[in-house]
Amino acid sequence: MSAPQETEGLRLTDEEKARRARRNKAIGLGVAGLCLLFYVITVFKMGPSILSRPM
Amino acid sequence: MSDLGADLRRETLISNADPLDFLSLLKPRVMSLVVFTALVGMVLAPGAIHPVIGLIAVFAIAVGAGASGALNMWYDADIDAVMGRTAKRPIPSGRVQPGEALSFGMILSVLSVMVLGLATNWVAGGLLAFTIFFYVVIYTMGLKRRTAQNIVIGGAAGALPPVVGWAAVTGGVAIEPMILFSIIFLWTPPHFWALAIVRKDDYARAGVPMLPNVASDRNTRLQILLYSLLLIPFGVAPFFMGFGGWLYGATALVGGVMMVWWSVGILRADDEGKLKKACWSLFGGSILYLFAVFAALLLEWAGGLAWTLLRGSLA
Repeated sequence: MSAPQETEGLRLTDEEKARRARRNKAIGLGVAGLCLLFYVITVFKMGPSILSRPM
Repeated sequence: MSDLGADLRRETLISNADPLDFLSLLKPRVMSLVVFTALVGMVLAPGAIHPVIGLIAVFAIAVGAGASGALNMWYDADIDAVMGRTAKRPIPSGRVQPGEALSFGMILSVLSVMVLGLATNWVAGGLLAFTIFFYVVIYTMGLKRRTAQNIVIGGAAGALPPVVGWAAVTGGVAIEPMILFSIIFLWTPPHFWALAIVRKDDYARAGVPMLPNVASDRNTRLQILLYSLLLIPFGVAPFFMGFGGWLYGATALVGGVMMVWWSVGILRADDEGKLKKACWSLFGGSILYLFAVFAALLLEWAGGLAWTLLRGSLA
């Protein structure tokens, strides 16, 4: 079996990889926070009527 | 031999940004002032808003202000790069690519307006959108590089947060938030021109026509004094109109007189050293002034609320 070929193009340094990971985490937290924000807005805007579901 | 092409490719293709760099694109110090003034506009407004919705509204206004800061840094990266005060910002220092800042600012602008509109009402949402538009398009793109009146007219963007806060509660605009708007609007020129006198060379290098760079020294100093004088009647107006109490009235009066005092110090400074000292006094003092008058309004409101609750629990 031949050795895996070197991939072409730019290769990230460890520092760049760490920064990318931190950016990804921040984006993840931002999206999760936004979901929570819309959930909270919905609950507090609708109040008790959120439970009112006519069949 | 270094390969310039590869270096350039690397620089443009690989983001070197840390999440904290994006946070500093939002100009956190400006944001804190926006949060404070918007909160005061909100608590003074007649009517009630659920505290959680109120907090979300303040958060949305802060993010909207931050987004306009990011868009400002995207557009002004060339100016920032040649000015000592701003050269270390994320874009001129190469940590964030201009395109990243543009997308970041645009996304946050849209989201902040959407959240404020959905959480409160669309008058507040529309006013926030207008504030961002005014700061980015009218001030940053239109006025800043063209006229010495840049920060006078552009000051409207910084003065709008209490109006947005008021609208978040009432769904409209009234004379009270417009008075708060006028206070910040009239406060802006002396505050920034004091800095512009000290940073005159920086602005000259960047080609930004701040008043000290295009008008005579005397003219600039007189205009600083004029705006500070105008600030006194507008500052005490909330007291006479009944939405500011004695604490506020005294703070605004003493603060207004101090603003004029510092401005006279600039007018009378007869050498470079004294002028710089006087400018820093007005610059720092003006921040204290704005903080003090809005804090007085907030304290009076909190005191009134505590009194009502106490009376209610005793009755």
